[in-house]
Amino acid sequence: MVEMPGRIVILGAGHAGVECATALRARKFGGTVDLVGDDPHLPYQRPPLSKDYIKRPGDPLPLKPKQFFADNRITLRPGQRAAGIDRKRRQVRLESGEALPYDHLVLATGARNRRLHIPGINDGTAFELRTLADADRILGSIRDWRQVAIVGGGFVGLEAAALLTTMGIAVHVIETAPRLMQRTASPTLSSWFAEWHRENGTAVHLDTQVAAVEQEAARVVARLTDGNRLVADAAIVAAGVLPNVELAAAAGLAVGNGIVVDANLLTSDPAISAIGDCANFPSSRLPGRARLESVQNAADQARTVAARLTGETKPYDALPWFWSIQGGVRLQIAGLSKPGLSEVVRGDPDSGRFSVFLFDGERLTAVESVNAAADHMIARRLIAERRKVEPAGVGDLSLDLKSLL
Amino acid sequence: MGEFSLAKGHIYIARDGSRAECELPAGTSVMLGALTNGVEGILAECGGAAMCATCHVYVQAPFDSRLPEMGEVENEMLDAVASERRTESRLGCQIVMTDSLDGLVVRLPDRQN
Repeated sequence: MVEMPGRIVILGAGHAGVECATALRARKFGGTVDLVGDDPHLPYQRPPLSKDYIKRPGDPLPLKPKQFFADNRITLRPGQRAAGIDRKRRQVRLESGEALPYDHLVLATGARNRRLHIPGINDGTAFELRTLADADRILGSIRDWRQVAIVGGGFVGLEAAALLTTMGIAVHVIETAPRLMQRTASPTLSSWFAEWHRENGTAVHLDTQVAAVEQEAARVVARLTDGNRLVADAAIVAAGVLPNVELAAAAGLAVGNGIVVDANLLTSDPAISAIGDCANFPSSRLPGRARLESVQNAADQARTVAARLTGETKPYDALPWFWSIQGGVRLQIAGLSKPGLSEVVRGDPDSGRFSVFLFDGERLTAVESVNAAADHMIARRLIAERRKVEPAGVGDLSLDLKSLL
Repeated sequence: MGEFSLAKGHIYIARDGSRAECELPAGTSVMLGALTNGVEGILAECGGAAMCATCHVYVQAPFDSRLPEMGEVENEMLDAVASERRTESRLGCQIVMTDSLDGLVVRLPDRQN
């Protein structure tokens, strides 16, 4: 009989931390749960921030209502930061000076935006879009914006680009890589989105960096490595994230592109787990390890750890899936992509409704669906259940995908 | 009262023989009502974008016929929900409160994922 922990401390009150606390109580965990988050707000949903929130500001979408935490005896500590982890005494020291003892510690510390070293960029005109405070700061200035430079052509940068465009703001997207969303998307998907954004009026600069930024009165002038010179009212830096590993590293836990965990999401200390954006885990779906930034990954890892802490240990094996909404375009991705996969396109990309099936040899590993929800939902099952799928077949629209299940 | 009240701007979310009453201002979705009232059984992982299909509900008569026609996306997502899809299946994030839905009753499926 494995001894159950009595006191659980969760560091991080984003999607992963809140879901872990929720799942512990749903599984009738009877001990104490402390949920510590550095954000001062009631825990909220992040994905809408780069989508609807900017357009229709109001209350952010909560993850749970305030009363939920009290009703479920979850001690929520918003606006608090941990200063250190004392593994020997099994306690977390907060910056406030308070010490929280634990039997098990869950690190759900998330990630922060990568800061770029652009000569001349300053805080007055540089914006980010990750937290509610970031979004509110944009809202405080957006009325004066006519032109905006977005540094980074990933999900967040492109969602913001599409949103600002609908608000009548001229947008430039500057991406270092030769294609958009390079880390997650197939070449076919990247070029389709580049074309869509250009038709939507956004200037897309690929293979390009910001060489320098100068402040001219209230505007920024950005000199690009492609020779272009942009004048903008603001720059939004959306150039990826860094996992928050500092607390773990200082406590002597193994880190390396995230906090290193095993298949059960345990760190190198068996009294500490790590979940969500900050966790670097062995993936059964990729050779090697993965660190994913998604709601699905945060929630499923949270539930895996809550299950283990209440006596049901099983390795983390959930199918990764992602979504993005760029203007009216709905992108859904099932599975994990990597370079060098062979592509089979189902549907006509020119119609604006299609899917890209990605094969690693014979094995279906990922499916990217544009305005094709049905394809996506079936693809999730095909990949999760590791079904044998003939590459030649899926490109043929006369084949009903459901028949493969 | 309770069961038969048609309190303005209130809906009922039923599961396992119990029902939760939620106040739902016009223009907000059933998913949001469940979320802000802490109703278990609606996960709403995508925050209302019809991306995750974890806010599946069964809309009870006569309200099912008062809802606007479902869109193509909702229809496609419902095709792959975790619990049985029925004729009265909808996604809670796509049901927006109006006056004609006062007293709406939705029943939750066994599981959402």
